[in-house]
Amino acid sequence: MTHQVSSPTRFTTGLSVRDGRDPALNQAPKAVKIDVEHLSFFYGVKRALEDISLQIQANLVTAFIGPSGCGKSTFLRTLNRMNDIIPGARIEGHVRIDGLDAYASGVDVVKLRRKVGMVFQKSNPFPKTIFENVAYGLRINGLAASKSELAGRVEESLKQAALWGEVKDRLHESALAMSGGQQQRLCIARALAIRPDIILMDEPASALDPIATQRIEELVYDLKQAYTIVIVTHNMQQAARISDHTAFFWLGRLVEYDRTDKIFTNPSEKLTEDYVTGRFG
Amino acid sequence: MGGLAEERVRAAVEGLVARDVTLIDAVLAGDEPINALHIEVDERCFRLLALHQPMATDLRAIVAAVKINTDLERVGDLAVNIAEAARRYAGHPPVKKLVDIPMMGTIAQAMLRDALDAFVRRDTTLARQVLNEDDRLDELKTRVFRELLTYMMQAPTAVEPALDLILVSRHLERIGDHATNIAEDVIFMVSALDVRHHSPGPEA
Repeated sequence: MTHQVSSPTRFTTGLSVRDGRDPALNQAPKAVKIDVEHLSFFYGVKRALEDISLQIQANLVTAFIGPSGCGKSTFLRTLNRMNDIIPGARIEGHVRIDGLDAYASGVDVVKLRRKVGMVFQKSNPFPKTIFENVAYGLRINGLAASKSELAGRVEESLKQAALWGEVKDRLHESALAMSGGQQQRLCIARALAIRPDIILMDEPASALDPIATQRIEELVYDLKQAYTIVIVTHNMQQAARISDHTAFFWLGRLVEYDRTDKIFTNPSEKLTEDYVTGRFG
Repeated sequence: MGGLAEERVRAAVEGLVARDVTLIDAVLAGDEPINALHIEVDERCFRLLALHQPMATDLRAIVAAVKINTDLERVGDLAVNIAEAARRYAGHPPVKKLVDIPMMGTIAQAMLRDALDAFVRRDTTLARQVLNEDDRLDELKTRVFRELLTYMMQAPTAVEPALDLILVSRHLERIGDHATNIAEDVIFMVSALDVRHHSPGPEA
């Protein structure tokens, strides 16, 4: 199956349409941050992703949707090589971040992941204090020269994650005593601390109640000023609310990739239509 | 958009009364801004419904906006219809001094303005006042009909211009109906009560 949707020419023309959501979309297309070309992914002999090509633009929120097992999380994890540790995993094709091939020999995976941060479905704070959770990445990467710089960057990250006000008086209490929503924002703060360019989020709000979910969604909206955000979500409504672009995956294939309002009001593919209207999946 | 619709109704009636062809032609030519807004408002509501899953008050507000949008666009069209009748009427000698029609114009405009203020302020009291005003407009229309009928029976030359006046009164009465619809939508938006078709709702 060929994916016309992912051809740059067609995709950029789609961007000229008026959009009420993000004035930036009305202007010239933004820089391509992640360029994926003919990517296939194998778990042993099983092909989990089939020939995926798409370009993710900087400072936008791009959502991946699709039924369970469609490959959206696998695809997300190829973007910072989180699948490398899986035995028998193998990829074909290219992932370029800012033009550099993420899978070229000699690429420092740790550096790559510093640039491409990740937040997981289940919040997974370290069993340490709130402060130490955020400071940890800075310390092991030697990113703060002094105690005061460290404290400054912890504060900055917690503020960016909209958590500072709630925790500033108990920075040295255990992170595990926080609520689920706070823990998730702490994980976001931890990811932000090392100043990545790109943040990958794998179902970041699926374990949270609606209020905590809304806070995460507002946070995502704010963060895109400074970061490129790629988010996998089971929750189609969430993708509709927060993303600028949406990619629909099905059985390891990229079916359609377009502006979010297009996907949810007038998708080009019948499969996408059936999925967003709830006829399957 | 509401302001534009109101203004066009005012200009159309003034053009009729003053026999001001320039003003009438301006109304005839000026429907485009309302039509453009009609499309834009629908598009925005459509997008909000599709992407944000509004619930409760928010959902009622957007549904109300979609319906009010249609009413306002129709009011703009009716202003054009009035201007068309006024254009023809200006080509005949006046049948009589116009008294009731300007009054109907004033009432219709006031109803529109109040209905839109009620929407903006979420004011159901004001919306209910609009509903009561509609009866006055209906009475005036009946009076205009009866009065013009006598003119037409007396002089066949008066039939054509008098018919245009009857049409104008009918259009103004329709504008009142649209203002009434808007007021009903406001009540539904604010208190989730459906007061259409004379079901008064517990508050009445």
